[in-house]
Amino acid sequence: MSKGSIHRLRSNPVAALAFSVIVLLIAIAVIGPWFNPNNIESLDWAHVAAYPSLTGAHWLGTDRLGRDLFARTLEGMRVSLAVACVAGAISLSLGLAYGAVAGYAGGRWDQLMMRFIEVLSGLPLIFFVIFLTVIFGRSQYLLFLAIGAIGWLTMARIVRGQTLSIRQREFIEAAIASGAGTGRIILRHVVPNLLGPVIVYATLTIPQIILFESFLSFLGLGIQEPHASLGTLIAEGAGEMEAAPWILLVPGGVLAVLLVCLNIVGDGLRDAIVGREGAAT
Amino acid sequence: MTPTLDIENLSVHFPHRDGAIAAVREASLAVLPAECVGIVGESGSGKTQTFMAAMGLLSAGACAAGSVRFEGREILGASPSELNRVRGSKLTMIFQDPMTSLTPHLKVGIQLAEVLVNHSHMSWREAEKAALRALERVRVPEAQRRLRQYPHELSGGMRQRVMIGMSLLCEPKLLIADEPTTALDVTVQAQIMEILRAMRTELRMAIVLISHDLGLVAGLADRIVVMYAGRVVESAGAADILGRAVHPYTAELLKCVPDLRRPRLERMPSLAGQAPSAGGSETGCAFAPRCPQAGERCRSERPELRAIGGAVHQAACHYPLPA
Repeated sequence: MSKGSIHRLRSNPVAALAFSVIVLLIAIAVIGPWFNPNNIESLDWAHVAAYPSLTGAHWLGTDRLGRDLFARTLEGMRVSLAVACVAGAISLSLGLAYGAVAGYAGGRWDQLMMRFIEVLSGLPLIFFVIFLTVIFGRSQYLLFLAIGAIGWLTMARIVRGQTLSIRQREFIEAAIASGAGTGRIILRHVVPNLLGPVIVYATLTIPQIILFESFLSFLGLGIQEPHASLGTLIAEGAGEMEAAPWILLVPGGVLAVLLVCLNIVGDGLRDAIVGREGAAT
Repeated sequence: MTPTLDIENLSVHFPHRDGAIAAVREASLAVLPAECVGIVGESGSGKTQTFMAAMGLLSAGACAAGSVRFEGREILGASPSELNRVRGSKLTMIFQDPMTSLTPHLKVGIQLAEVLVNHSHMSWREAEKAALRALERVRVPEAQRRLRQYPHELSGGMRQRVMIGMSLLCEPKLLIADEPTTALDVTVQAQIMEILRAMRTELRMAIVLISHDLGLVAGLADRIVVMYAGRVVESAGAADILGRAVHPYTAELLKCVPDLRRPRLERMPSLAGQAPSAGGSETGCAFAPRCPQAGERCRSERPELRAIGGAVHQAACHYPLPA
């Protein structure tokens, strides 16, 4: 990313605000536990389903087993963000490599590789995940892999499309004329020029992944007790909605704020980078 | 003397739904060591495609037939790894548009050094020193600072100098310059030509200068080859082409070169008619429809390239102009 696009991103106040909110949320998720006397597993039988109160022992209240909601929400944020990062990284690297190779090879290879992507994206997602959990048992890592393995399909398509257009540019011809081999051309001359759209798409994928993970956890296919993700917390809260709405509202609110901010930052990033590409001709 | 580049009966076709399009038809020409050959012709005359074939840079759909030998080794049909051993080191090419020929996200110094690391297995540190010398050689001012800049921070002329510097890094035997100054303005054009001239004497390499500007080519070339509709129509020493052209097409082209010493004309002289489309089948001479000299024979029988008054002066014409 050039200095210009960072500057453009900074001068977009909404995106800058959203970015600060994300940084703040991540900071709270990481350092919050040191300031909170309660941990995620301890049951406080004296305060079951307690109201949120800043002066009490539980700042955001407790759930129906007396577990501290603040501690559990922090845990949920950490897990959700970790899933997003790992699955995002998997889909990014796989999609980038696959798409760049298909687009640069072109012709029959391109056709073959893209048909394979179409077959994979035709598989029903939920069925795929259930299938994996049945075979390999439930585990966090499997969840990371499964979500990443699905996210890379769209990434590969986007990368391939961009590669097809970059392949036609003269500097690629000049690089071939200077005797660079195919691997070097893809790594040094094609991939770095893809990073703009790829970063934007990756930023917009992260909220989708968080949402998808929450959805899987809500269905009981994702993170297991005693660990929590935002999705399991919401599922738990949904059961107590009438008696203790804060058990739903706290993780739900955090999820909503996180998703909105990520989407705004992604949009701002796209504007900043597309602006750069428009200006650099 | 074995020619540095020897093109024999080269044809390049592009498949098309209405039959093949012939970009180059049975072209033959040779470039001797340390010789500068100018290739002149209109757009679509096949001059660029001829040398794209010589670099192994034809697009995937193209079919090439005939033979192109560089220092005795066949280029057509060579594997990419064989090609990459000579491309960029012994055989280099610079392109028309320096604005788009450098990779935008890499600093100039890295792009230059990479060629050396790739070809001569130099260390990065040595390669960067060599890159600096290469820029100084093509008279890039403040070369040290330029190495740390990105292509978009340089002007067009500066970028073309960088391209030339890059093509000379491994001291090539042959530099193919495909309209190196078309995208630049006239003063920069003169500087670039001056650099090419100086480099040629310094490195004693052969140069192929592709252009549609006869005046530009005449300033540097020892020999000029005129192409029309994918064929070589005339080939001779530069002075012979300029002073004693025998092919009517060359003569017409020369008339179109503006000359400040001549009285001012109302209109720029131009060649009547259009260059033939590359798709059609050919009977007779491709230039016949536009040729003032054309006779019945020109429309039915295609003239072969033959020697005219001396072995080095060749033309493909039934009714050559008196030399």
